[in-house]
Amino acid sequence: MTALLISLLLFGTGAAGSLIFANRGRWPTFIGAGSVIVGSLFGIVPALRVALGAPPQSLRIAWDVPYGSLYFRLDALSAFFLLPIFLICALAALYGAQYLEAYRGRKALAPPWFFLNVLTASMVVVVLAHNAILFLTAWETMALSSFFLVTFEDEKESTRQAGWTYLVASHIGTAFLLVLFVLLSKANGSMDFDRFSASAGAGLLFVLALIGFGTKAGFVPLHVWLPEAHPAAPSHVSAVMSAVMIKTGIYGLLRILTFLGPPQAWWGWTLCAIGLTSGVLGVLLALAQHDLKRLLAYHSVENIGIIALGLGVGMVGLSAGAPFIAIAGFAGALLHVLNHALFKGLLFFGAGNVAHGTHTREIDRMGGLLRRMPGTGATFLIGAAAISGLPPLNGFISEFLIYLASFKGAVSLGASGNVPMLAALSGLALIGGLAAACFAKAFGIVFLGHPRTEDAEGAHEAGLAMLAPGFILAAGCIAIGLFGSAVVRSMAPLISTVTGLSLIPVGQNLAEASNSVARVGYFGAVLIGLATLLSLARRIALSPRRVATAETWGCGYASPSPRMQYTGASFAQPLTEIFAAFLQTHQSFTGLEEFFPQAAEFHTHTDDPYQSYVFRPLFRGISRGMTYLRPLQQGKVQLYVLYIAITLLALLLWQIS
Amino acid sequence: MLSGSILPLILAVMLAPLMQAVITRTKSVMAGRVGQPLLQPYWDLLKLLRKGAVYSNTTTWIFQMGPAVGLASVILAMALVPFGGLSAPFAFSGDFVLIAYLMGLGRFFTVLAALDTGSSFEGMGASREVTFSALAEPALFLGLAALARQTGLLSLSPVLAAISTVTWMHAAPILSLTLAGLIIVFLAENARIPVDDPTTHLELTMIHEVMVLDHSGPDFAMIQYGAALKMWLFAAIIIGVAAPWHLGNRLIDLGAALGAMLVLGIAAGIIESSMARLRLLRVPQLLLVAIVLSALALAL
Repeated sequence: MTALLISLLLFGTGAAGSLIFANRGRWPTFIGAGSVIVGSLFGIVPALRVALGAPPQSLRIAWDVPYGSLYFRLDALSAFFLLPIFLICALAALYGAQYLEAYRGRKALAPPWFFLNVLTASMVVVVLAHNAILFLTAWETMALSSFFLVTFEDEKESTRQAGWTYLVASHIGTAFLLVLFVLLSKANGSMDFDRFSASAGAGLLFVLALIGFGTKAGFVPLHVWLPEAHPAAPSHVSAVMSAVMIKTGIYGLLRILTFLGPPQAWWGWTLCAIGLTSGVLGVLLALAQHDLKRLLAYHSVENIGIIALGLGVGMVGLSAGAPFIAIAGFAGALLHVLNHALFKGLLFFGAGNVAHGTHTREIDRMGGLLRRMPGTGATFLIGAAAISGLPPLNGFISEFLIYLASFKGAVSLGASGNVPMLAALSGLALIGGLAAACFAKAFGIVFLGHPRTEDAEGAHEAGLAMLAPGFILAAGCIAIGLFGSAVVRSMAPLISTVTGLSLIPVGQNLAEASNSVARVGYFGAVLIGLATLLSLARRIALSPRRVATAETWGCGYASPSPRMQYTGASFAQPLTEIFAAFLQTHQSFTGLEEFFPQAAEFHTHTDDPYQSYVFRPLFRGISRGMTYLRPLQQGKVQLYVLYIAITLLALLLWQIS
Repeated sequence: MLSGSILPLILAVMLAPLMQAVITRTKSVMAGRVGQPLLQPYWDLLKLLRKGAVYSNTTTWIFQMGPAVGLASVILAMALVPFGGLSAPFAFSGDFVLIAYLMGLGRFFTVLAALDTGSSFEGMGASREVTFSALAEPALFLGLAALARQTGLLSLSPVLAAISTVTWMHAAPILSLTLAGLIIVFLAENARIPVDDPTTHLELTMIHEVMVLDHSGPDFAMIQYGAALKMWLFAAIIIGVAAPWHLGNRLIDLGAALGAMLVLGIAAGIIESSMARLRLLRVPQLLLVAIVLSALALAL
């Protein structure tokens, strides 16, 4: 615990230091980035120790806030979520130190370092807090600090709009959490987590948690802020938000579940349904995007969907008294939390490098970047394969566990538990196929082929500090892909905390699941070996032969130009066409009208259906309703004094009666 | 470590191109031609291996890596597929997930290699390939889940070992629905009519074949051989369900399975000779039929 306090102290010092020395050139960068990195190194040690089975630690300091106390507790669940937080934040700080240099002279660089430190510290406190007041304070600090990071480029109208959407969504979520915590604390009159009890209406509490935390996590239809805010933020902030901050929503949901007692079957069904819609809609909307970072943001929705599917399958198993299904489902979901942090961090760093090198985020304006940015390209490829759930990488391991749980459920559960299992199975298969399609597009159109524009032509590789995080995360993706079974076995204390099952059966079931994962790991290793061997064999077969280079075969067409290449939009078109019912793709087409048409234009863009058909009309309705209250606001002090007097009188009457 | 016989893998590695030859020969006979010798695919592969290669100057290491990854992943997937009553070399709970995703990995790299050329034709093929496979995947998984549910087992070798003529007697509707779904997936994944026509002369109408237009020499040999293995893999699963004769005598069982593969090859040839390729817009509907069939098998 001391190490964690030191790391929190370092984040605080870094935040203050970067503001104090704001005018000293590069000082804020050194102080701000350095404190995040060093603080994370301090914090990751106890987190790792507890995650691997050391006993939980707690610390309680009195606090002058009513019902509040500085009550920290580090158990397996907190520790597991702390690991990616420290890892990604440290890498993001390293990345940001170079990334933000591009803004030097145009923007003040001290505030983003201040807020990054505050954001990191608040995320750490969110997962450590064992008191609702402390939790909510940290939760709010997290929302506000990330809001200020999102609106870093506030001179852009779109960024301000995105920040606003994020702020509103965030607070609507928090409102549900407030109610949730008040209800939980009612029985014992204490806001401490260990005195919470769900005496009445566990179902209602579950729904409140689902909405409150689901807004942060990005469950469909509460995800609308996510594809706005993540692309607008600077890339290292997008990485932090997408890889770890939205996971605090999953953490909160799991933490609340530990207070609610044994889950009911319909909770599992609900989570499966949410997971399915989030997963499928997320990946479909991602496919239709033209902006690389927006595409990645929608993939966060998809991956949160996969996590929800795993949790749902696990809960159905738990309520049906089938430990293997429960344990494999939860293990898959939780491992996916970690895995998604690794590859999504990697992909956002890569997207940042691309945006930095080409000055655009439009996928269809890129091409041929692998030659110009070899390091970014190679790591992006690993991230793309990992997020598509392909072996031998980490994404496959967690999806495999969820598949295993749902296959087991489909085989062994009766008709009642069967439906969510089959939904999970076919959903995961569809999501997997679509995700592979989407990342074939993202990697293929951006990094392969000819550069489509001069921006892409003149792209340059990012510096070392912006490349290193990608390489570290890529190594992590491969390591978990090959040695996933060790990770799965070590998750026993975590799964035991989350499911409430005792450690020994959890260990046995995890060992059973990790047997299969170990085989998957062997296959992955052999796959890498065999592919290398075949490449060598190919090289040997070719060595005595004539190897020539020529133009790409154009099927007889002699002078193709780079603009004739397939674009991302055309690559995704068959799929977006098939699923047109779920996507509102707008097309506009001009030209080709006369006999000798000159310029022609074709545009497509896909809005978020929930944004355009649910939330925008809803908020428009609310603001129209609010105009009726306008007459109350006259700007006259006398009138306001009257309001106060009336209010006081009403309260007085209420108190008397 | 080894949990079964290595023979299914050896048979597949040796005989896979033969299955393609059977289909080609059937088509020739149906069209009234003599057709090429049955060993022609082997000669083609040998010839390709002895050739040089031409690389587009647009391409990168992805293009050169694609065929090797594709072949390696299908060989490894093959190590999980049983044949003729013999258990696969390796089997573990959930192995069919790995099979499907290994195929996915091969496809991912083939698609990337196609995009690496910068050719719009290959981009088009790649786009169609990912579209159809995204729909074929749920059908495959639902079909496998139906088999797993029928037998109560979670690994392909035991599942196929548990299906016998007795299973057919009391679960014929489920098995035939599953089989129908699997056959559609087989045709789609292996780029056969009615989904794709491997022998068409027009790049615009191709799916799989247009993606590999730029590959030559040993690279192309690996692609062709990988395609043959992939076809063998799906065929082996199909005949494992459709022709589950376990008489106890290994030789007879193996012979029967090889015979069934021959029949399946001839059947695929007859399908190809007797119908045209579907319009591209119709293919998703066919795959949807496969999904519905498999889902129905599960619901029964």
